[in-house]
Amino acid sequence: MTSTAAASPGVAVELKGLHRSYGSVHALDGLDLRIAPGEMVVLLGPSGCGKTTALRILAGLERQNEGQVLVGGKDITRVPPNKRDMGMVFQAYSLFPHLTVLDNVAFGLKLRGRSGAERRRRAGEVLELVGLAEHADRYAHQLSGGQQQRVALARALAIEPAVLLLDEPLSALDAKVRVQLRDEIRRIQLEVGTTTLFVTHDQEEALAVADRVGVMNAGRLDQIAPPSQLYAAPATPFVGEFVGLSNRIPSNAANGSADVLGTSVPTLAGSASGPGRALVRPEAVRVRADQSGTAIVATVAFLGPISRVTLTLPDGTVVTAQLPSSEAAALQVGEHATVTVDPVPVLVVAD
Amino acid sequence: MTQSWSWRITRVVLLLCFGLFFAVPLLALLNFSTKDTITKERTGAAWRALFDNPLMSEAIRTSLELAAITMVGMVVLLVPTMIWVRLQVPAATRLVEFLCLLPLTIPALVIVVGLDDVYAWVNYLIGDSALTLAFVYVVLVLPFSYRAIDAALSAIDSTTLAEAARSLGAGWFTVIARVIVPNIWQGVLNASFVTVALVLGEYTIASLLHYNTLQVAIVSLGKSDAPTSMAASLGTILLAFVLLVGLSLLDRRRHHTGRTS
Repeated sequence: MTSTAAASPGVAVELKGLHRSYGSVHALDGLDLRIAPGEMVVLLGPSGCGKTTALRILAGLERQNEGQVLVGGKDITRVPPNKRDMGMVFQAYSLFPHLTVLDNVAFGLKLRGRSGAERRRRAGEVLELVGLAEHADRYAHQLSGGQQQRVALARALAIEPAVLLLDEPLSALDAKVRVQLRDEIRRIQLEVGTTTLFVTHDQEEALAVADRVGVMNAGRLDQIAPPSQLYAAPATPFVGEFVGLSNRIPSNAANGSADVLGTSVPTLAGSASGPGRALVRPEAVRVRADQSGTAIVATVAFLGPISRVTLTLPDGTVVTAQLPSSEAAALQVGEHATVTVDPVPVLVVAD
Repeated sequence: MTQSWSWRITRVVLLLCFGLFFAVPLLALLNFSTKDTITKERTGAAWRALFDNPLMSEAIRTSLELAAITMVGMVVLLVPTMIWVRLQVPAATRLVEFLCLLPLTIPALVIVVGLDDVYAWVNYLIGDSALTLAFVYVVLVLPFSYRAIDAALSAIDSTTLAEAARSLGAGWFTVIARVIVPNIWQGVLNASFVTVALVLGEYTIASLLHYNTLQVAIVSLGKSDAPTSMAASLGTILLAFVLLVGLSLLDRRRHHTGRTS
């Protein structure tokens, strides 16, 4: 395992002005993205936003109409996929059904002309890394979905690729395995230090594993930032609403702050001024049972340590709040309450 | 209970009927080919004549060679084409399917009329050998082989497998030979079965183009020496049967080592 850790120092990846259209549909509309050596960037977005197209262009499996792909400073735009030195894990199960786990993992090494002994050693090493060394003699149809994706990851890593590409590798798995494997992917990625591009539509997955998350919208990158920053300071309304839950609360913004439910809250760059709606996270909403309050409790959902409460404001706006369950216990459905917000920076969008 | 009994009896009766349907003509062939037409005594003369008659043994060899060449031609032509179309030009799938099924819709007579001129050139260019029939036969087996291979290709996610192999460094030849073909092997074998059976049984085209294949020899022999022609018919059927069993055993063995080690 220690030898794999030193294997890939990681290279920089750069996508420059990528355009790709299918007929009249623009899958990519001028995408720019830089990935630092050894970094793990996750592209997040709704289906059809172009994230998979971007990854496939980097892999060489698809051609861009315009733009450049640079790996380690070299333009590889015209290099075919089999010469690009990239390990890829697909959404669909992709193990070769006629080969054992060991032979699957050793496939890329065989193509590189490594000796039989070296192939077995290296394949055993990466299987150890993904925790499947004892399944080396099995066939794909004898493995669970999670195991198959682990083998696919081992197969991609065995060739010590310059870049690791993960195309929604967890989508086909059930929830529990998904969380397990996602953490494992991150552990392994940190251990081997390979520059990685991960594509997903699952925001929890993206926020959990990424060094930086890029949110894509209609073929462009709306924002790319570390997960905490993406969550706390969304650059566009789309990011604010796509990542995490957001309330849209009426507000009045001017000169870098906004009045939201009586509290003066700083606004983020890119906010609209004048009357608009502030995007407020549920955990920034405070609720107090209060007979003279104007809001009415609509639902209280108990989620263990926390509870999710929805309230209706006098103007009909529905607000979702996330509270410790101990606080939520005081709230009764149908009763009055007072709603305020914490003074954390918010993005204000025009109505 | 009564229902399962009646079901069982129905099954046995049906199986018997089908068994008789196949077996009676074969047994009749065997009976006739081992009987002296005049003295009505048992004799192996017809079967011996099969191998003593130079025309017949020549025809058997020709047909076997034709079966082999056609099989190889079909595999070499069809397998890479179908994989390539599926992976690279899926838009052409319908066209290729149409082209492959076309021979089914054209009567053999019409094919021969059309081929007559072509064969004048074939004979001129590569000589007048019965083996040139392999060209027509490859076309003739396309509809059946296409179906068999298409079914096998549809059963695997060839696109993802190919992309995975490509990303691991495989060129197109490696993708086809080492990743796709091993996984559609069953379909390729099935296509080969059909090819062998069809070539060994083809009469119309070979006869009209005046080539001496097994079926042509059987028919012409039948006019002069009926028992020998019957022996040849039965021999052909048994031979095809043995070949098919052999091919399927080959597959069984492969499957066995492939899946359970």
